[in-house]
Amino acid sequence: MFGLDKKDASLLLIVAVLVAFAPFFLNPFPEGSAMAQFNAGYPDLMQRFVIFGIFAIGFNILFGLTGYLSFGHAAFLGVGSYAAVWMFKLLSMNVVPAIVLAVITAGVFALIIGYVSLRRSGIYFSILTLAFAQMSFALAYSVLTPITGGETGLQLALDDPRIFGAATTAEGNIPVPGFFGLEMRDSTELVFGNWVFTFNVGYYFAAIIMLISFYLSIRIFRSPFGMMLRAIKSNQQRLNYTGLNPRPYTLAAFVISGMYAGLAGGLMASMDPLAGAERMFWTASGEVVLMTILGGVGTLIGPVLGAGLIKYMENIISKINSDILHSWFAFLPDGLEDVVVTLIYPFIGKGWHLTLGIVFMLVVIFLPGGLVQGGQKIAALFGRKKAKEPKNATTEPAE
Amino acid sequence: MGILEVKDVNKRFGGLQALGNVNLSVAENTCHAIIGPNGAGKSTLLNCLVGKLIPDTGSVMFDGQSVLGRTPFEINQMGISRVFQTPEIFGDLTVMENMLIPCFARRDGSFALHGIRSVFSEGELRDQAEQMLEEVNMLDKRNMHSASMSRGDKRRLEMAMCLVQNPKLLLLDEPTAGMARADTNNTIDLLKEIKEKRNITIAIIEHDMHVVFSLAERITVLAQGTPLVEDTPENIKGHPKVKEAYLGEAA
Repeated sequence: MFGLDKKDASLLLIVAVLVAFAPFFLNPFPEGSAMAQFNAGYPDLMQRFVIFGIFAIGFNILFGLTGYLSFGHAAFLGVGSYAAVWMFKLLSMNVVPAIVLAVITAGVFALIIGYVSLRRSGIYFSILTLAFAQMSFALAYSVLTPITGGETGLQLALDDPRIFGAATTAEGNIPVPGFFGLEMRDSTELVFGNWVFTFNVGYYFAAIIMLISFYLSIRIFRSPFGMMLRAIKSNQQRLNYTGLNPRPYTLAAFVISGMYAGLAGGLMASMDPLAGAERMFWTASGEVVLMTILGGVGTLIGPVLGAGLIKYMENIISKINSDILHSWFAFLPDGLEDVVVTLIYPFIGKGWHLTLGIVFMLVVIFLPGGLVQGGQKIAALFGRKKAKEPKNATTEPAE
Repeated sequence: MGILEVKDVNKRFGGLQALGNVNLSVAENTCHAIIGPNGAGKSTLLNCLVGKLIPDTGSVMFDGQSVLGRTPFEINQMGISRVFQTPEIFGDLTVMENMLIPCFARRDGSFALHGIRSVFSEGELRDQAEQMLEEVNMLDKRNMHSASMSRGDKRRLEMAMCLVQNPKLLLLDEPTAGMARADTNNTIDLLKEIKEKRNITIAIIEHDMHVVFSLAERITVLAQGTPLVEDTPENIKGHPKVKEAYLGEAA
């Protein structure tokens, strides 16, 4: 299917099905029940799942294949967001030109930053990208205020030109981003007993783009280009003496992953048309590194899983407060209840980073291959043993 | 005129004269060995040929063109392939992928953006790679993870990766170092076979005299950075200067 082998095609299909039915999967608990706060099926969060999924897929093309750890990828996300918002201000509220410009601008930025940073490898490369990203942040935050809106961020206004669209709606409001008439914020709700499932235009738009990005990333992984990138990670010396120049390969990978980040930034702006400098801050760059490692570096699906897990924790665990904890442990005797709540309290609400830190440590120590390795281990437990045995029998002893 | 002409090459590292006025001519389609005791400058000389080091003075001409100032990948594209002292392969990749990379390099040059085309739709290159693997008796290992192979296999794979590029000159840096006797003999047989089948020039740096005398047609003896003698193996064997270089003056 689409030039993929059977394994990759079925992976793509599984992801497509999961993404298409995410509004159901992510809302397993009925409205108003005690577990309802674990529901993640609301548009805002689902959009973030797929958008950060795209960001992490792109990051993985660089980090997973070439092993070059960029610590400044959020800069491209931010640049993409600004470019998209400017398109909304100047051209029209259609998301297509906004996203196209976001990708192109991020690509040009990546070309410049990558050209300089890729003169070094290893830790020096990481520091160079970090420096560039922090410079971009500083520029966006203060120096370039007329372009970026500085501290307040870049927002739409009623007096924006929007030459190919209405500057204001009939009611005198700022128009919202849309795809040829389909507004990104539009949702339909499906009520099923106590369950409420929300289908959001923006989510499905971003999800389709995510599937296309995922497909392209599979093709890149399986192409001769992807093979060269893995060879760079494996043994750059041998590559050099095999007549291949590693520099343009790494630069191409850097630009491609920067364009993925720009695409994610453009989509973010399309869902909510504003852009702020904090999107370029170094913690945002660190987050995508965490996502990729958590999910599984160099695997196809890993980064998407990692992005999903981190965004889920950020949004769900941070919402739990002490009242909710008390209601959960109400069945315990009074004194014990307080003790348990006091023990758990630092890990919820604003302390969700603590939980993330623990999860990250556990994954890195016990599953260095990330969540994907965890999945493989579970799969191996359930009846894959049969398939392995005959294979062992034919393996030849090493000489 | 040989295919490789080294003229008056000097290389100094601080106070150490690693190479002093080295002149070397490797004739086309021969196997030329460079031997010498430890620290004689054999590896320095080799590094000057492949672009890793640039000599302070002198010239290195390959096939009528200077290699000085060119990067290792450019020199490889001119037709020089190098086998390292410790096998350098792509450990994270399978044997087949290891073989395909040099095939792509030979066909498409030092950089090509293969968009989203699949590696395995490149049938012609695949055939080339398989044929070469067959020649070195490794076809059954093509889907193996190359890092998990024995050292002898890694060496054979590296050799195959160099040969599949059809180089004009193959440089071997102690190809049998650390090998068991049986593996060494296999390597010698393999190299003999290669020399018979193809028009290839081989330059070999080696400690193992058994290897040198079974393969080489010309031998250059290097000592303290300068060529001592250059002659046929028969004449080198009993040469007093060579004995002196290896065993000291007392011998």
